[in-house]
Amino acid sequence: MAKKLAIIATKGSLDWAYPPFILASTAAALGYEVQIFFTFYGLQLLKKQPALEVTPLGNPGMPMPMGMDKWFPVLGLALPGMQAMMTTMMKKKMTAKGVASIEELRELCHEAEVKMVACQMTVDLFDMDRTAFIDGVEYAGAAAFFEFAGDSDICLYI
Amino acid sequence: MADFDQELDASGLNCPLPILRAKKTLTGMQSGQVLHIIATDPGSVKDFDAFAKQTGNELMESKEEGGKFHFLIKKA
Repeated sequence: MAKKLAIIATKGSLDWAYPPFILASTAAALGYEVQIFFTFYGLQLLKKQPALEVTPLGNPGMPMPMGMDKWFPVLGLALPGMQAMMTTMMKKKMTAKGVASIEELRELCHEAEVKMVACQMTVDLFDMDRTAFIDGVEYAGAAAFFEFAGDSDICLYI
Repeated sequence: MADFDQELDASGLNCPLPILRAKKTLTGMQSGQVLHIIATDPGSVKDFDAFAKQTGNELMESKEEGGKFHFLIKKA
């Protein structure tokens, strides 16, 4: 019987969007049966057009391009436009390094039959519209997650 | 390098794309056929070894040549 990987994806930023999709697609390629449960900000990863950004704020581990951390102390990172600029630079870097886009990885997960489940409670909480999400998403709650995760070999909270 | 049936150039691609592309290509191949993969991601050396061990496909060869990594995988 196939091994199972259960992931809870809770974060909605560009950088944190990668671990769930990289691990899910790779596990599927290795023969795992995979399910990702998207809750809270993780639901952003299911949007048809995900507008994911990366923020240098509160993130001292983020390498800054062109020694910008020397020129812009913490308060400078809160300037308007800084987050958008960081996001653009990060995306450019990713393309240059041959890192897949989130949309591409998500499509690969979809092709590999990774099951994507959206937390219905959060969808209600944030007044989100199901039509904003990609096709093939299932809507369920915590009990449904445990039905799969209870039998899983690996369970990750991201 | 031994004979192979199909070739996959994953040069320039980063983790996990070389593995995902290889898996996809292998899916369309017959049992016993050999896939030659070319990659530039240094992480792919350990990754293809791990991929072979976990999927049962045989890693016949793994080497670096001309700044690129070459793998021969026989489909189980």
